[in-house]
Amino acid sequence: MKIIENVSRRNFIKLAGITAGSFALGVHLPLTKAQANTLAEHQINFFISFNDLGDVSIICHRSEMGQGIRTSIPQIIADELGADWNKVSVVQAKADAKYGPQGTAGSASIRSHFTTIRQVGAAAREMLEQAAANIWQVNKSAVSAKKHFVYHNKTGEKITFGELAKHAAKLTAPDVNTITLKSQHNFSLIGKNVKQVDLDNIVTGQAEYAQDIELPDMLIAVIQRPKVVGAVVKSFDASEAKKVKGVVDVIQLKPRKLPAGVYPLSGVAVLATNTWAATEGKKKLSIEWDTSNVAAASKHDSKQFTKQLKAQVNTKGAIVRRKGDVYRHNYDEANTVEATYSIPYLHHAPMETPAATAIVTSEKCTIWAGTQNPQWAQGMVAQELGIPREEIDKIELNVTLMGGAFGRKSKGDFIIEAVELAQKTNKPVKVVWTREDDVQHGFYHSSSANYFKAQVNGQGQVDNLIARTAYPPIAWLWDEQAKHPSDSQLSLGFADMPFELNSLSLEKHDVDSYVRPGWLRSVACINNGFALGSFVDELAVKANKSPRAMWLSLIGSDREDNPSSDSFKYSNYDLDYKDHPVDTKRMKSLINLISDKANIEEELPSNQGWGISFLRSFGSYVAAATKVQVVNNKIEVLEMHTAVDCGIVVTPDRVEAQMEGAMIFGLSIALMGEISVSNGAVEQNNFYDYPVTRINQAPKMFVHLVNSKKPPGGIGEPGVPPVVPSITNAIYHASKIRIRDLPINKVMEV
Amino acid sequence: MIEITLNNKNISVDVEPDMPLLYVLRDELKLKGTKFGCGVGQCGACTVHLNGQAIRSCITPISAVNKQKITTIEGLSTDGDHKVQKAWREHKVPQCGYCQSGQMMSAASLLANNASPSDEEVVEHMQGNICRCGTYKRIKKAIHAAADMES
Ligand code: FES
Ligand code: FES
Repeated sequence: MKIIENVSRRNFIKLAGITAGSFALGVHLPLTKAQANTLAEHQINFFISFNDLGDVSIICHRSEMGQGIRTSIPQIIADELGADWNKVSVVQAKADAKYGPQGTAGSASIRSHFTTIRQVGAAAREMLEQAAANIWQVNKSAVSAKKHFVYHNKTGEKITFGELAKHAAKLTAPDVNTITLKSQHNFSLIGKNVKQVDLDNIVTGQAEYAQDIELPDMLIAVIQRPKVVGAVVKSFDASEAKKVKGVVDVIQLKPRKLPAGVYPLSGVAVLATNTWAATEGKKKLSIEWDTSNVAAASKHDSKQFTKQLKAQVNTKGAIVRRKGDVYRHNYDEANTVEATYSIPYLHHAPMETPAATAIVTSEKCTIWAGTQNPQWAQGMVAQELGIPREEIDKIELNVTLMGGAFGRKSKGDFIIEAVELAQKTNKPVKVVWTREDDVQHGFYHSSSANYFKAQVNGQGQVDNLIARTAYPPIAWLWDEQAKHPSDSQLSLGFADMPFELNSLSLEKHDVDSYVRPGWLRSVACINNGFALGSFVDELAVKANKSPRAMWLSLIGSDREDNPSSDSFKYSNYDLDYKDHPVDTKRMKSLINLISDKANIEEELPSNQGWGISFLRSFGSYVAAATKVQVVNNKIEVLEMHTAVDCGIVVTPDRVEAQMEGAMIFGLSIALMGEISVSNGAVEQNNFYDYPVTRINQAPKMFVHLVNSKKPPGGIGEPGVPPVVPSITNAIYHASKIRIRDLPINKVMEV
Repeated sequence: MIEITLNNKNISVDVEPDMPLLYVLRDELKLKGTKFGCGVGQCGACTVHLNGQAIRSCITPISAVNKQKITTIEGLSTDGDHKVQKAWREHKVPQCGYCQSGQMMSAASLLANNASPSDEEVVEHMQGNICRCGTYKRIKKAIHAAADMES
C-alpha cells in the first residue's frame, strides 16, 4: 500500500509536505521555528515523523471545518503507534495524492478510512518494534510498544521512540497484509476525550483561517458576480470604483459557459490594498449583464417552482423501487393518509465566508485556501493554468482551517478566482467573499417536493405506500440534461426506506434546474428525512397509535434490509454492505432509546407536545425528539434530544458536539431556512433576511450516545435529518397544526 | 492620524476616517483574531471592547474611537488565561472556532458588568453573536462556569 511506504531515504522536503514553514501554520510544536530547522527529522512513513527529542509529528490529511478531524485522525494514528499524546503535534497536509483521498465530505473521514488510518500507525509501530528487536537481537514478538517506548517483554528494558526512530526510518515498511491492528479493548486513545488540537489557538485568537492569510504586497479582491446563473458581463463602468482610496485595479473575470461545474461564473473584480476599499469599490461598480443565453433562468421564480414540484409529485413518476402493485389497490379514503411536503432552497452560510489566496509565477502556483477538497481544487487549478498532470507538484495548495463549511467549501470556485486574478496581476491576491456574495452566489440545497400516500387498516397496520420525490439534481452542474437524482442520490433517505410492507412504489420525477445545486450538510437526507419523518407521524395520528409504536411497526421484524433491486442500486454511502448493513434492530433500539430518554410519553399541558423522528444516514443511526410549546401561534422549542449509534466512537466529546450542532442546524432549517429566487436572482442578502438559529432560540439539549463495537459510521451529517421533522411533529402534537411546507415561520411565529 | 490605545499600547494609524475598526485591525494592524462574519452588525464575529464594553467593530468607523481604549481577543489576557478563556477550554466550546473570539469578547464584557448573570441575562446579552456550528449550549455553560471562577 502506497501510503505506508517508507520514504525517509528520499528527498525529505519534496515528499514530506512538512517543510519548516508549515510548522508555523498554527501547529503546537514544542520547538521554536529555528530549532525545528536544525533538528533532524526521521520520517517513518508519509504520515509520521520523529525529531531527535522524540516528539512525533502526525499528518492530518483531511480538512478541519469544526468537526474535530485534526484531533481524531492523529488520535487514531497515535493509538496504533503507541504514542504519548503529549508528544504528538499535528501537521496539516497539503494537497497531495500520496495521502490517498482528501475530500472531506459525506461524513466519510473516519467511516471510510478507519482501517487505513489505523494501518498507518500500526505500520510505524511495527517498524519501531523491529528497530528495538534488532538492538536487543531478539524476535519482534519479544518486544512491545507502549506510551512512546518499546519494551523488552522479558527484561522490562525500554528504549524511547525518539532513539528508535532513526533506526526505524531505515527499515522497510511492513506489508500491509502482515500488520496486526490492536484489538478494541486495547485502545488507549480511541474512545477518549483527548484535548482538541486547535483549542488553545482558538481561545487566544491565534487560529489561522483562509480569511487571515497575509502576504507582502498582497491585493484583496472582492467580486461582483452575475445575479442570474450563467449571465455574462456585457459592459461595465469602473470609474467610480477606481475613485475609492485603496482601489488599485478593476478586472473582468473570464466568462464561462454553462455547464461550469464548480468553476466560477465570471464577474468583475475590484482589487485593493485593503478589504474595506475592495468592498466599497465593488458597490460602486456599474455592470450591464447579458442574460440572453439563460432566458429561462432569468425568469426563475422559486415560489412558482415549489408549486410546480408539488403538482408533479402528485402525479405518477418513474419507478425507482417497487413491491406488489399499489396501483391495483382501492384506497379507502377514510383510512388513507396522503401528503405533499416541500422545502425551499437552503444555503450553507458558514460563519467564515469563502476566501482563497494565490501567487502565480511562471514556475509555480502557491495557494492558501479553506477547502474541503484540496486535490480536486489542485486539479482544477492545473486545468486552469494548463499544467499537465505529471507536473501537479507545481501547484502547492496549503489547507487552512475553515470557519465552517457544511459542503460549501467542497467547491473550488473561489480558489480559481484567486488564481485567475493572481495570474492577471502578477501579485499575491486574496479573494474575499462578503456575506452578501456568500448568500447570493452559493450552491444551494435544492428546493424539493416529496409526496406520500398509504393506507392504515383496522389493526393500525400500514400498507400500499407510495412515495415520490422531485428536485433538481446536483449532477446538473456538469450536465444540463441531468433532470433527476441518480441512484446514489436516491439512496439518501428515499429509496432505502426500511419499512416492512407488502406493497410499495417509490418514484422520481424529472425537473429542470435554474440555480446551482450543491451538497449541504446531510444533502437529500434533509428533504427525504423531513417527508418520511412527518409522514410516519401522520400515519400514527391516523392509526391512533403512539409515534413510537408506529415507527416500530413500520420497521417491523429484526432483519438486514438491503434495498437494492434490479431497478435500483443502493449506494449505502459507499460503505461495504457486509460491514454496514441496514440493520432494523439497531433502528428499533434507537426509537426506543429516544422515546425513553426524552420521556416522550409524559403527560403534558395541552399546548405542549413531543415529536420524534429517525433516519439512518452516512452509516449511522440517529433518532431525535423535540418538545415544543405553542401559545398564540408562537412556538417555543423547550427541549431537544438526539440518540446516536455511530458504531465505534473515536472522540466522544466531538461526537456530542456534532450532535449539538446538528440540532441547532436543524432548527435553522425548520424554523427559518429559505432562499427565495425572483427573476433568477436570490432575494436574501445577509443574516437579517437569511436568519440562522441564535442563542435565544436554543433549547435545552441532550445527546445520548450508544456504546457500540460496530464499524464506525459518519457523524457530521447524520444528526440533522431526524431533527427537522421532530420539530414539526412536536408542533402538531402541541397545536394540531401540521407543517408540510418549510420553513415554519411562514405560518407561525418562531 | 488617529490615535488609539490598543491592547494597552498607544498606537496611531493613518487611514480613511470612515474605515471601520474591523478592517483597521485586520488589514492595517494585522491583528487577525477579530473576525469578519457579516459586515453589518448582525453576527458579532467582529466583537471587540471599546473602553471595556462590547462593540461591533465592523460598523464602528475608526474616527469614532479616536483617543479611546480598544481591546481585542489578542489583548483579553496576557497568557490566554482570562476566566472566559479558561472556561471555554474547560467546556470545549469551539467547533470551527471562527465565531469564538467574538463570543468570548461578548461574554467577557457581560461578566465585567454582571458578575453572576442569570440564564436569561446570558441569552439576552449573547443574542447578537451567531455561532453557525451551534455551540450555544456550551457557551451558556462556560459563561456560568467563568462567573463561578475566582478572577
Ligand atoms: S462582522 Fe460585525 S457583526 Fe458581523
Ligand atoms: S464555532 Fe463555528 S461558528 Fe461558532
